[in-house]
Amino acid sequence: MGKLISGAEIVFKVLEHHNVKHIFGYPGGAVLPIYDELKNHKTIKHILARHEQGAGHAAEGYARSSGKPGVMLVTSGPGATNAVTALTDAYMDSVPIVCISGQVPTHLIGTDAFQECDTTGITRPCTKHNWLVKDVKDLADVMDRAFEIAMTGRPGPVLVDIPKDIQFKKTEFIIKNKKNKKSNGKLNGKANNAEVDKVINMMKKSSRPIFYTGGGVINSGPEASKLLRELVSITGFPITSTLQGLGAYPGDDPSFLGMLGMHGTYEANNAMYNCDLMINIGARFDDRITGKVDEFSPKSKKIHIDIDPSSIGKNIKVDLAVISDVESFLKSLNKRFKEKNKDFSNSNKANISNWWKDIDKWRQKKSLNFKNSKEVIKPQYAVQRLYELSKQKDTYITTEVGQHQMWAAQHYKFNKPNRWMTSGGLGTMGYGLPAAVGVQVANPGKLVIDIAGEASVLMTMQEMSTAVQYNLPIKIFILNNQYMGMVRQWQELLHEKNYSESYTAALPNFVKLAEAYGCVGIQAKKPDELDDKINEMININKPVIFDCLVDPMENCFPMIPSGKPHNQMLLGPEDEKEEVSDEGKTLV
Amino acid sequence: MAKPKSAYSEPGKLGKSEHHIIVVWVDNEAGVLARVAGLFSGRGYNIESLAVAEVDKKKHISRITIVTSGTPQVIEQIKLQLRKLIPVHKVADFKRNDPNILFKELALFKVVSSKKNREKARKVCKKYNSLVLDKSKNSFVIQVTALRREIDKLIDTLGPLGLVSASRTGAVAMTRGSEVFK
Repeated sequence: MGKLISGAEIVFKVLEHHNVKHIFGYPGGAVLPIYDELKNHKTIKHILARHEQGAGHAAEGYARSSGKPGVMLVTSGPGATNAVTALTDAYMDSVPIVCISGQVPTHLIGTDAFQECDTTGITRPCTKHNWLVKDVKDLADVMDRAFEIAMTGRPGPVLVDIPKDIQFKKTEFIIKNKKNKKSNGKLNGKANNAEVDKVINMMKKSSRPIFYTGGGVINSGPEASKLLRELVSITGFPITSTLQGLGAYPGDDPSFLGMLGMHGTYEANNAMYNCDLMINIGARFDDRITGKVDEFSPKSKKIHIDIDPSSIGKNIKVDLAVISDVESFLKSLNKRFKEKNKDFSNSNKANISNWWKDIDKWRQKKSLNFKNSKEVIKPQYAVQRLYELSKQKDTYITTEVGQHQMWAAQHYKFNKPNRWMTSGGLGTMGYGLPAAVGVQVANPGKLVIDIAGEASVLMTMQEMSTAVQYNLPIKIFILNNQYMGMVRQWQELLHEKNYSESYTAALPNFVKLAEAYGCVGIQAKKPDELDDKINEMININKPVIFDCLVDPMENCFPMIPSGKPHNQMLLGPEDEKEEVSDEGKTLV
Repeated sequence: MAKPKSAYSEPGKLGKSEHHIIVVWVDNEAGVLARVAGLFSGRGYNIESLAVAEVDKKKHISRITIVTSGTPQVIEQIKLQLRKLIPVHKVADFKRNDPNILFKELALFKVVSSKKNREKARKVCKKYNSLVLDKSKNSFVIQVTALRREIDKLIDTLGPLGLVSASRTGAVAMTRGSEVFK
């Protein structure tokens, strides 16, 4: 029999086995033995958050910007329940997170003990899988399996709940490595040549094709983004992206139509509506994308490439589905293309030239335009300036949720994958600040900016303290309009301007707040001082809260009003005033 | 144009709902039934009946039989979502009216009534493999195995004859012939 080690040590052994360098957490009674063991494992650095939700979002930011799983460590009861928002967020946006939670000792489970909750019960619907470890002999395997499941197929969060007595109990440390034994077919799929050829045939027949790409491209790894760029150049087809897919394809490239969906560009949405072939690569036909399902892209054949079989046909029926990891699919697709149709882009040019003409016509609408002002900072202008002044650096952007998030998506152009971290599926206000903490931990020396709203950022403001403690020079760029802007916009458009509870009357002085945390506060009020102040922010090697006072009544356009198809977009305030007739909106 | 009142889209056209029997082979581990049942409730799927027991003592495999209804799209989603659960090995799906599938449900009825009515009740049950398990001077407990809808009907018929308690297992299913679902 080998050396006996404690459950707490086993936890770290498995973390080391998986090359984990950082964990985000918060100690508490039921997880103390694991915290006690921390000192013996110098290669693993613990980042102390100020709230477990913050630890979770930081782990998400870490994972999304590095491609590695994010690890969080929380205590039982409130520690676990506070982690639920972050776990659900990670589940919706397919972010690999391994959450380790302490639990009351085995003999107290079910007795309503102090800080007890049914953690595995509560987190069952918001994790890919979870475990309550009742025997220390199972711990190493469960932990190992947790990493495997978090990273395999469509990534996602997992949780391992470890009772305190199990953390103390000793056993031999062996990882049985019975890999894939019980994967039950839940592995990374791979496209076969026959499927790839079908895709190519459909692409050849199309005269109005479009690539609709999503977060699956990012999740598949940086190689997938390279292959995607190659595919667009091989085919000459236009490409649009979901919110989560931004950065997989260069945002300033002429083939890129911008983001699609509720606040997507006019050209992207009209191209989606009018295409004859839609090639969905790693996106999931989310309701913010499809709008009214019955009228979604009525004239097109649809191809759907997804790693998750349950994404197929969930919202939209497709003509051809390929269950595959994006990278492996694109690799075979590009290869087959080059073997059989070397000069496809040129030979097919005439075939799709009218389509490009249509797209250019839609582009002329310049749907992202806004009326700028000399007196007051327009939020779109602020994002544009931020982009211009930070684009030379390898910048990482996180956001909160709301208008500022959409403006960031519309006006900040991403050129690389893993540079854009935003809460899309769950739409979690308070995501961006802690996510920026995690991004900065994973990418020391890089410029990390949270484009924030003043309402969202107050939800997790306490994490500034974390940033200061670990010298993480994150920049919190607040587009401060004193409203929950997106709520206010919907109230204006849908609820007769009854701005019920969407105005925040007693906002803190963000500059003083920054100083209280030990970081730097900057405020900008006028458009002409913006550039200097942004430059000042970028050059400070400390965490900064930038309070950018913007036009409080600005709305986010273009917009697909609810229940409308893609070709009926509101382009701006003028559209909205006219009480637009159906004809007026059918701008095709 | 009526002003849109919601930030969500309106429901689209619904397909026709069908009855299906879903059979799921799972690892018999803690919480597995909650995972399966929670998937149904969380995604708004319907469970008409659910029967579960371990069928392989060595490998600890349980077989769950669920009677559900939904549009073809929903049934497809149920299968795909179930297959994503880590302890799920395989999922079979049968239409209720599939002639190649045997469905059976077991029910126990307690009838308390006059001798005459009890006689009648026993007669009604006779063609469903009935077996009297317990008798007293004014009651009996009878076991039947039948199709779900037959048991539904039996309960209606037995009501006026003194049925005081009914317990049923939910349907279990198996394919006919020598074929085994892989």
